[in-house]
Amino acid sequence: MIAADPTLIGPSVNWFALSPLLVLLGAALVLLVVGALAPRWPRHLYALFAAATGLATMILCFFLWHDISAHGITTLVGGTLRFDDFSLFVTITISASIVLVAFVTDDYLRREDLEGPEVYALYLLAAIGGVVMGSANDLIVLFLGLEILSISMYVMAASHRKRIESQEAGIKYFILGGFSSAFFLYGIALVYGTAGSTNFTEIVSSFNTTVPAVRHDAFILAGVGMLLVGLGFKVAAVPFHFWAPDVYEGAPTPVTSFMASVGKVAAFAAMLRVLLFALPHWRDDYRPIIWVLAVLTVVVGSVMAVVQTNVKRMLAFSSISHAGFILIGVEAAAHRAGQPEGGDGASSALLYVLLYSVLVIGTFSVVAMVGRTGDSATDLASFRGLAKSHPLIASAMTVLLLAQAGVPLTSGFVAKFGVIQAAVEEHSYAIAIIAMVASVIAAFLYLRIMVSMWVSEPEAGDDAREAVRVPLWTGIALSLSVGFTLFVGFFPGWLIDAAKAATVTRPTRP
Amino acid sequence: MISFPILTMLVLVPTAGSILVAVFSNRRPEFVKLTALLTSVLTGGLSVWVLVAFDKANADFQFVTKHIWIKPWGISWHLGVDGISLFLVVLTGVIFPIVIAGTDPHHDTKRYLSWMLLLEAGLMGSFLSLDLFLFFVFFEIVLVPMYFLIAGWGYEGRVYAATKFFLFTMVGSAFMLVGIIATAFLAKGNGPLTFDLIELAKADFAASTGRWLFFAFAVAFAVKVPIFPLHTWLPDAHTQAPTGGSVILAGVMLKLGTYGLLRFGVFLFPEAARWSRSLWLTLGVIGIIYGAIAATMQKDLKRLVAYSSVAHLGFIVLGIFAMTSQSITGGVMQNINHGVSTGALFLLVGMIYERRHTRQISELKGLQKVAPIFAGVFMVVMLSSIGVPGLNGFVGEYLVLIGSFLTARWWAVVAASGVILAALYLLWAYQRVFHGEPDEANKDFGELKLREAAVMLPLLGVIVFTGLYPKPMLDRIEPSVKKLIEHVSEKTSYTDPQPVGVAP
Repeated sequence: MIAADPTLIGPSVNWFALSPLLVLLGAALVLLVVGALAPRWPRHLYALFAAATGLATMILCFFLWHDISAHGITTLVGGTLRFDDFSLFVTITISASIVLVAFVTDDYLRREDLEGPEVYALYLLAAIGGVVMGSANDLIVLFLGLEILSISMYVMAASHRKRIESQEAGIKYFILGGFSSAFFLYGIALVYGTAGSTNFTEIVSSFNTTVPAVRHDAFILAGVGMLLVGLGFKVAAVPFHFWAPDVYEGAPTPVTSFMASVGKVAAFAAMLRVLLFALPHWRDDYRPIIWVLAVLTVVVGSVMAVVQTNVKRMLAFSSISHAGFILIGVEAAAHRAGQPEGGDGASSALLYVLLYSVLVIGTFSVVAMVGRTGDSATDLASFRGLAKSHPLIASAMTVLLLAQAGVPLTSGFVAKFGVIQAAVEEHSYAIAIIAMVASVIAAFLYLRIMVSMWVSEPEAGDDAREAVRVPLWTGIALSLSVGFTLFVGFFPGWLIDAAKAATVTRPTRP
Repeated sequence: MISFPILTMLVLVPTAGSILVAVFSNRRPEFVKLTALLTSVLTGGLSVWVLVAFDKANADFQFVTKHIWIKPWGISWHLGVDGISLFLVVLTGVIFPIVIAGTDPHHDTKRYLSWMLLLEAGLMGSFLSLDLFLFFVFFEIVLVPMYFLIAGWGYEGRVYAATKFFLFTMVGSAFMLVGIIATAFLAKGNGPLTFDLIELAKADFAASTGRWLFFAFAVAFAVKVPIFPLHTWLPDAHTQAPTGGSVILAGVMLKLGTYGLLRFGVFLFPEAARWSRSLWLTLGVIGIIYGAIAATMQKDLKRLVAYSSVAHLGFIVLGIFAMTSQSITGGVMQNINHGVSTGALFLLVGMIYERRHTRQISELKGLQKVAPIFAGVFMVVMLSSIGVPGLNGFVGEYLVLIGSFLTARWWAVVAASGVILAALYLLWAYQRVFHGEPDEANKDFGELKLREAAVMLPLLGVIVFTGLYPKPMLDRIEPSVKKLIEHVSEKTSYTDPQPVGVAP
């Protein structure tokens, strides 16, 4: 009998804390392997499997949240991942988005005759990338997450094999995305060159001692700038937004909603991680840049949205303008980067991405239905008469559009109020007023869609159009989204508390 | 003791009615209409109950309810009513049943009524809120039903008008939202964040800060009033809106602006309001004169009434910023009077449109011959709008003018000429429309119907009663106005001049 060697102890891995990632990974592998080897699963099953994975991940996160409240935060996998409320909040947002998007995708794929497990596997893989970005405590690991997310999204964008626009979107996204990843990677290299590490904790402690010497060092400033360019691409901030309208328009509609929700959540989580956790010493240098980005993004996004005639393009620009609002939250957070009393900036940005994700998936689910077979009827005229033929869908869409416009008693107002409040708290009055006025411009766009649905007179040829069908699962996703939008509009307190909890500094686990 | 939350009910009853109407089946339109009418009558009854139970000796907020709503932001469901808001609440409660009973949407009745009731809930909430956040929520939410009412049931240019209305008001609100948040944060100091009106009024702001904040609020309200030169949305919105929409818009919704200026502008930032008074007085007087001249030039009867609103609201602005207890009391009265008489005018113009399908003055002629009762009603309402003594319009305008004469003499002098101009444009319009021999097209103009008479009767009653015996109303308004002026005096060196010894 061989005695156990007491000296050979494997590294202790906190499997429980990693479980959300493992569940997502396992499910993605199951879909890929079984999907390839086994005969086609019955209807709905791929989507339900993906949705169940999202749900399971979300439930795990609630348990983990409890665990963190009880025991404090810690790092995982050799200090490369951070296990805190922030990462859980991001994970919950991403997995909730997965559930909703999977429902919409199911009906969409059947209508377009593209059924298969691939898109769902890509969703789950991209979600892994997003979760890693949200929990990263190391620039390289963050980059890995970014690439997993991005590559999955390039493929997704091109996944409608019958539409040439979809292929075009994939290629465009790939080229520009690769370009931005290069910027990001170069930024990492420069930061590494100055700080001597890619680990956030070590970067901060290194700068704590060397900051007086490297304060105006060109390398580190260039590195910070390049990191911002890379992240700016991912969040589609003006002037790095040019890919967004084309890609949003060309990609299959559910995939567009995935990019607008999960893509944005992950990118903003990464941005907050990098700026607040790795580079708090340079907050006075990057804050003005973010200020300019935020103002440009809200204004250009809103103005460009108004002149579009295609609803998917409109929503793409509106999503850019929403990114501007989130950047306002980031700007407010940047005021207090590195301080224990962090203010409301980061929590308001997190809350915004969560609320916006749910909103935008609901909105795009209506667009997916109205798009009809071929996913090409997405111009404004396609919405004409929707209120007559489907009053419920039109009402739901109206609620979502009003929420996007920031009308009170919807989640959109709570989100906007949060970031504006954070900005005012830091005395950034100018940015707050510019953003609010820009949101009025954007409101015009939402009104145009509403007018098309409710008021426009029917025209000749309308009856010849294919009828809009409302499949069950898309309907469920839409009602969940609308229900959440209204519920949070009336009772936002608990979510605000949760978002605040996600950004306070908790004691580290002993 | 838990008392009956009557103010909460004033908001919830129409909301519930709106939802009920929305989910009803379309197959029984008369049932839908009955439900809507009953809901609005019930709300009206509740508002009258508030009026009866209101303690006129008490200048404070009454029937106050307060519940925490969004804890992390210090926001509560805080409702209350005082002399300044009391009659606006009653006006809202009374005018909605009249509109619902008296106007026809012609299509999609169910949706129309649902929006109407939601609008009522929003307006009630705006007048009752004592929490800045809550007020903003209601202030914004009323845009949505009004937008759909104009865009869905209006006339030829309705989408343009509705969009213009929505965007203009939203720009103002954008500034106000930032102002509200800034006020709360600057007043907070080391204490907890609160949006409570009464708490915030205790705060002292540095003069320059207070002025910025005041202007952030004032822009929003100036758009809503509307104060010249921000009025351009109003003629479009009024003309294109369906009759019911116009009545609510002119009768109640514009009052949000003047009410807001008093309740949130002057009350929270007395120093800034005093400091900028010349500006507002001048704009108010320009509004009076400009509105009157523009009204004279109109060819469209509805547009004429719309511009007359600009003029009348100018008087209220003058009254508010002249800041004597008389002028403000007059302004508050004028709020109600304008709501009643302009609401009635829009109803009458709507009745003309129903019969003739035109609002062009040049196409109407000699209606007095064929419909004498209708003409008589129109005459009384019009005289009340002009401000003839013995009818309600006189009391408010007169108080505003004598009150303003003490502190804003020359503005008051110029404004007084607006009264004459009002007589000019309204009488001239009356002459063109009702006098002379009816031509071929106007020969068959129908007389006032029973339903129309029933709708007009309560409005006429208010017009005459308030004109002859305004005391009950003044008794309830004055204490709260005096208290507001005392608050201004506490915060600034201003003292209210001795009122001119006239008991109206």
